[in-house]
Amino acid sequence: MRVRLALAWFGLMLALPAAAAEYVALPGGTFTSVLPADGKAAAAQVAPFRLRTELVTNGEFLAFVQKHPQWQRDKVAGILADARYLTQWEAPLVPGGQALPRQPVTRVSWFAAQAYCESEGARLPSWYEWEFAAAADATRRDARADPAWRESILGWYSRPSSSALPEVGGVANVYGVRDMNGLVWEWVDDFNALMVASDSREQGDPDLLKFCGAGAISLQEKENYAVLMRIAMLSALKAADTTNNLGFRCAKSN
Amino acid sequence: MKHLLPVLALLAALFGGTAAATPLPGDSVYNLPVQLTTQDGQRQMLAARRGRPQLVTMFYTSCQMVCPMIIDSLRLTRNALDPATRAKIDLLAVSFDPAKDDVPTLKSYAEKRKLDPRIWTLARAEPSQVRQLSGVLGLQYRQLPDGEFNHSSELILLDAEGRIAARTTLIGRLDPAFVKAIGETVNKP
Repeated sequence: MRVRLALAWFGLMLALPAAAAEYVALPGGTFTSVLPADGKAAAAQVAPFRLRTELVTNGEFLAFVQKHPQWQRDKVAGILADARYLTQWEAPLVPGGQALPRQPVTRVSWFAAQAYCESEGARLPSWYEWEFAAAADATRRDARADPAWRESILGWYSRPSSSALPEVGGVANVYGVRDMNGLVWEWVDDFNALMVASDSREQGDPDLLKFCGAGAISLQEKENYAVLMRIAMLSALKAADTTNNLGFRCAKSN
Repeated sequence: MKHLLPVLALLAALFGGTAAATPLPGDSVYNLPVQLTTQDGQRQMLAARRGRPQLVTMFYTSCQMVCPMIIDSLRLTRNALDPATRAKIDLLAVSFDPAKDDVPTLKSYAEKRKLDPRIWTLARAEPSQVRQLSGVLGLQYRQLPDGEFNHSSELILLDAEGRIAARTTLIGRLDPAFVKAIGETVNKP
């Protein structure tokens, strides 16, 4: 009897996430994004929001796919995740030695990332939310003008992608959020909205009416190409794509 | 027993339309659970459209520039099909702008543009599902501070199982290659 109780308790502990994910409040505000809100020069307005302090890990994603079998790699619909989805794991329910529990999960599609966040009562952050949080360093809310900040990001970009990923839990930025830069690329909710091409109406060619809208998008802060590279990468993705170095974290509206 | 197999095959062919029994192909957009609400206020899962090929696009009703042309292009494309093919497809236009495009707005737009409800479905979905649908269809959109949207304009052909069979970015005039692809997909033996 006692054994059964102990087993039940053990089972319960397995079913529960080891520790609930931590979210911290970010103030938001008017923010000069590399991506002007009106496609020309307008600043972005970021409403106060909460952001997950850490990236979602292999351990956490394993608990998720155990509970939601439709997201296991041998069961997922091909249109929601490409053929490389979670292929770094040893087996559909065994991350194994190449995907340690505290390493960020990668090779996840945008659909899978969204579904995970939903399971936490959260969502993916928008690009502006992500960029807002990533502008901070350990002491400043906006470190972007500091050449050293840019250099450190560019230095990370140049690190070979074949080297093993560090575990989550890097130095917290001024908000208490970790690993915004320097660990993996991250999905954002509106990844497919960032580079909607400039408005071709202004070019006066009716054959080029591929895009519709009130403003052409141009990029601001061109010297900040460390951040622009991220936009270029996200814009090149399709929602089912997965890559070696692309993970995610979740956000909540206040 | 030996003679039963051809009979079963025949039955399967005859009742192939009752698709619920067969699993959805992995590359079908109907794998995505999207709840649509139509211009008549009807709630319908996107996957409920399985069984008939669909011409799908995304638009929004307050868009003054390209969107009317998207609807025109959809109409133009349908009209270019031979009558037998035309009778086998449905048209679906889902709004990028669920905040403004509520059911009455979709309804009055359909009436103003004389979109026959037997052929046309204008629909809205919750914002997160609009983003998912655009992802699965490979369309991009972005809301601007003034409430307008920048978005890609495409017509997409889904086969009866919800697989993307063809697409065109040609808006404002007919794309003959797209029309041909519709005929081939719809009348595939």
